[in-house]
Amino acid sequence: MKGRPGFASLLTVALTCAIAFLTLPVLAIFLDAGPGAILSSLGEESAREALWLSLETTSIALAIILLVGTPAAYLLATRSFPGRAVVITLVELPLVLPPAVAGIALLAAVGPSGILGGTLEGLGVRLSLETAGVVVALTFVASPFYLRQAQAAFASVDRTLLDASRTLGASEARSFARVMVPSAMPGLVAGTALALGRSLGEFGATLMFAGSFQGITQTAPLAIYDRFATDFDAALALSAVLVAVSAGILLSVKLVQGSEPLGDAAR
Amino acid sequence: MLRVRAQARLGGLGLEAALDVAPGECLALAGPSGAGKTSLLRVTAGLLRPERGLVRCGEEVWLDTETGRDVPPERRRCGYLFQEYALFPHLSAWQNVAYPLRGTPRRQRRRRAHELLGRFGLERLAEARPRTLSGGERQRVALARALARRPDVLLLDEPLSALDARTRVSASRELASVMREASVPTVLVTHDFGEAAQLGTRVGIMDSGRVVQEGTPSELASMPSSAFVADFTGAVVLTGSARAGESGLTLVELDGGGHVASTDAAKGPVGVSVHPWEITIEPEGSGGPQGSAQNHLAAEVVSVTEIGNRVRLGLVACQPLAAEVTLASAKRLGLSEGKRVTATWKAAATRLVAL
Repeated sequence: MKGRPGFASLLTVALTCAIAFLTLPVLAIFLDAGPGAILSSLGEESAREALWLSLETTSIALAIILLVGTPAAYLLATRSFPGRAVVITLVELPLVLPPAVAGIALLAAVGPSGILGGTLEGLGVRLSLETAGVVVALTFVASPFYLRQAQAAFASVDRTLLDASRTLGASEARSFARVMVPSAMPGLVAGTALALGRSLGEFGATLMFAGSFQGITQTAPLAIYDRFATDFDAALALSAVLVAVSAGILLSVKLVQGSEPLGDAAR
Repeated sequence: MLRVRAQARLGGLGLEAALDVAPGECLALAGPSGAGKTSLLRVTAGLLRPERGLVRCGEEVWLDTETGRDVPPERRRCGYLFQEYALFPHLSAWQNVAYPLRGTPRRQRRRRAHELLGRFGLERLAEARPRTLSGGERQRVALARALARRPDVLLLDEPLSALDARTRVSASRELASVMREASVPTVLVTHDFGEAAQLGTRVGIMDSGRVVQEGTPSELASMPSSAFVADFTGAVVLTGSARAGESGLTLVELDGGGHVASTDAAKGPVGVSVHPWEITIEPEGSGGPQGSAQNHLAAEVVSVTEIGNRVRLGLVACQPLAAEVTLASAKRLGLSEGKRVTATWKAAATRLVAL
């Protein structure tokens, strides 16, 4: 950038604007709420319940996403088959769906009067207005984030590593577990972080599909919305707690990724 | 005995090749990139399935497209050394070497891995990650890993090309001793004829998916079956037109002027090949032909490249050619760019191949 001070300062100004715009509202939550209010909101039964429900449903959704998504992404990344591009587009579709539309779509599919509703009811499974419904909504909106990242991560692993593993006596399943997953780890962690963030903040699809019942389907974002109409300070305090939890998770992911020996050196 | 037959269409390449390699023998496949050398290794290892083919190692049939038999790569005992070595970046050197050792307790695997690393003088690097190793160290770790399963076949893909010139000398010595010790059929792939000649008991020259000529390195260099082989084996190839000459020799009028004689019989357009080390250099005007050599071309030195104790001279006569002389001779004759010389060689060292 030497010799072009005009351009360099333009870049600096752009970054400064971006940082200010992105951090100010987050800072404002803490400045407005104050430590006393944040602590007292944690003392409130319903707030604790909402936070706990958020963590619980997010963990279950994430476990499902990792268990099913990792092999699925591996297949998408390493095999070519007819219609692969179509499959990838279908998998990514929930990324661009507005959350409310995602909720409606879930109702139409697995809601009580949805196309699979009868079948599920016959099996004794009820999703809408239940905690299980929250998990379904979170999985639906968050999994494409992981799938996309994981697919890219697997695709960027040197394929000769897989070949080497095979010639060294490992079956493809073993090669997947022992070589491909560890080699793709930085990308898989990044994808997990994205899915986790999306899932923890999920609002629209959960509200539409599972409703907002305290202790059953009212996750932290729904609880914040619930308080927003009646008690702004309580909403603010709970928001601050959610931000802190999310930031903590984001930070620990970054730390894990930073200490990961492959990191930027991964070939 | 390793026997490989393969026929496959790979993109624009039609692979059609047959290999037979005896235990203890090393067949070096040499050819330009894209000739299908690596594909043949992959077919042997089971990483690539040809449309039609057969792979047999001793009594075991690994692939037979006639019967539909196709043993997966993990059950073919191939020690495969990949071009960039393909060490697992997330594992330490000893863990890489221990990777193929399954079904044994960890302590035993560890000991065996250290033993193998020790054989290559790498014990002190057992805990190191591949990215902290030098090229030569990586190559040896990969070699130790490939040998860990006591393979029935060794497949070496450009084993030396990722190394710098100095490491290459010791690495090729090391490789030769590994092949002697393992005494299994070895197929080695390289784009460098010199490397093939050095490491292979036999050399196969590959071009566009086929093995165009196979033989000992000196057979190939002295009796190339085509201009491609002659060119690839490092011989100088001049073009011209041949006709019968005096006393049973063939006379070739070179394109661009001048003529040479050869003991080979040929007629019409030909490639004339001669090895750079068959050409002697005399200062211009040293008194004309005196020795037995019949071929003389006046030339100008355009490049002087030292290769260890010898010098390769780039010459321009009617066509470019190359000669190799000892460093001492080059000094004595004061050979430098722009010097005018006479390139001389025997008609008996002149090979003719029809174009």
